[in-house]
Amino acid sequence: MTTAPAQAGWRFRQPSVIPGFGLMLGFSLAYLTLIILIPLSGLVWRSAALGWADFWAIVIDRRTINALGISFGAAFAAAVVNVVFGTIVAWVLVRYRFPGRRIADAMVDLPFALPTAVAGIALTTLYAPNGWIGKLLMPLGIKVAYTPLGIVIALVFIGLPFVVRTVQPIMEEIDKEVEEVAATLGASRFQIITRILFPGLAPAIITGFALAFARGVGEYGSVIFIAGNLPYKSEIAPLLIVIRLEEYNYPAATAIATIMLALSFVMLLVVNLVQSWSRKRYG
Amino acid sequence: MEVRITNVRKEFERFPALHDVSLDIKSGELIALLGPSGSGKTTLLRLIAGLEQPTKGAIFFGEEDASHKSIQERNVGFVFQHYALFRHMTVADNIGFGLKVRHGAARPSAKEIRRRASELLDLVQLSGLEKRYPAQLSGGQRQRVALARAMAIEPRVLLLDEPFGALDAQVRRELRRWLRDIHDATGHTTVFVTHDQEEALELADRVVVMSQGRIEQVGSADEIYDTPNSPFVYSFIGESSSVPVKVEDGEVWIADRPIGLSAPHVPNGEAVLFFRPHDIELLDSCNGCIAGTVAASRRLSGTRRVELEIGGERQRVEIELPVDHPAAQKSRVAFRPGRWKLFPVA
Repeated sequence: MTTAPAQAGWRFRQPSVIPGFGLMLGFSLAYLTLIILIPLSGLVWRSAALGWADFWAIVIDRRTINALGISFGAAFAAAVVNVVFGTIVAWVLVRYRFPGRRIADAMVDLPFALPTAVAGIALTTLYAPNGWIGKLLMPLGIKVAYTPLGIVIALVFIGLPFVVRTVQPIMEEIDKEVEEVAATLGASRFQIITRILFPGLAPAIITGFALAFARGVGEYGSVIFIAGNLPYKSEIAPLLIVIRLEEYNYPAATAIATIMLALSFVMLLVVNLVQSWSRKRYG
Repeated sequence: MEVRITNVRKEFERFPALHDVSLDIKSGELIALLGPSGSGKTTLLRLIAGLEQPTKGAIFFGEEDASHKSIQERNVGFVFQHYALFRHMTVADNIGFGLKVRHGAARPSAKEIRRRASELLDLVQLSGLEKRYPAQLSGGQRQRVALARAMAIEPRVLLLDEPFGALDAQVRRELRRWLRDIHDATGHTTVFVTHDQEEALELADRVVVMSQGRIEQVGSADEIYDTPNSPFVYSFIGESSSVPVKVEDGEVWIADRPIGLSAPHVPNGEAVLFFRPHDIELLDSCNGCIAGTVAASRRLSGTRRVELEIGGERQRVEIELPVDHPAAQKSRVAFRPGRWKLFPVA
């Protein structure tokens, strides 16, 4: 491994022989500023106009806390479900050859393309107490539509491709010889998966989790149809923001948005740190 | 452990990769499978490991038929060309992996596994690197770790698939000597695949020359080099020159002239004469010899390689001359091969 000589303080990385370093860096920064930084700082600016006391009052409002809890909790639960089943789906798509594999592969992307409202309405119809699936679950005492469980299901639908599409390429790169060597050393199929394959996939799985989670936190369109939107029970934070906007209560809306922004940023940062740690370690 | 391969045939989707191969590997032997790519040498190695199943035939480990045993049950050590180390594990964990995945009483204690790993690291001369990750090692070091990992399970056979193929020439030569030492010290029955004949001849007790899914010849380096039993082995191992000839009543003819070689046991008809370019006797007067005009001359480090055009059919042969030999400057050279062999044209 080559190690760069120790350098004092920050320095620009030496540009490569490919020209345009200054131009590209400048462009990237300007673009990021325009597309992400300005709108987000506008958000913070607006909520800062509230003053600390008012801001805090909105934050600790029961309804806000519940909405944030539901948003982050449901997104987390959905991301966990997606990590498990998305990895299995990716595994099947990568490892097995079966008729219709390409169709199945293409189907994974549908949640990306479908208008989320369509997904929400379709899921609601299925899981409503008189829907195809809801009808079967009713006798078991499981109510999906119009409960937090419905929110999780909508977010599972939305988040699936994020996990599959991040894990799939890494899985395709797995060296078959590594598995073969493990088998000659006496490892069972199960041991190969848990001790060899899974640790190798962990960084990709964490990325998939982060993406699905982030998507879930911000999801609005599909959730509002299936959630029932009962304040304190099944009302998600993005909906609460919209409600505040419709009440022309812009400071409250921006305050909730700012909290969401901060929480999301912290969580993605943590995920990124975990990832760079594992990358450094396993090369 | 003795390994016996009897009449093994392997097809990949109807395409035969091995035809009816039989081979006895003695216990403690270091044996090389040598051949060009596509000769089936790697397939044979994978069949022994159990990574492939034979279409026909059987493989015995000692007296026991191993053909239908799973890879896990065979207890073989396999080393791949590209190391196939577990990237997320330290060197010590890589080496201990085969012991750690054992169940129940067969599994040594964590302390014992650590002890065994560091013992093997000493053997492969990498002591002190227990805590490193594979990404932090050089190619040669990685291959040593791979070998230590394979030896950790006390394999019945050690199988190496082009173990030095990905390394540069210097490291290769070094590791070659090192592998021989390790083999002599541990006495594992070892089969390695290579396409590098120098490696095979230098390292192995016996060399198995393979071509197109068949074994051409099995023998020591001397046997393979000095008495090749087929045109393929003659031309594949070492340098060789060949000329089409005719045999009549035990005399060898090129075009319309006898060349002074007698082959009493070869039947009359077309044949090909093989000899080593350096193993020739230069003649002043041509009274039964191969003679030709110099068509090209190249300087190799210690010798001069001369291409001669002989006979009327523009047939070319290569011979080697000492650098300062006057014949190299002549336009016409006559010689007679020292050691040679005739293979009748079927």
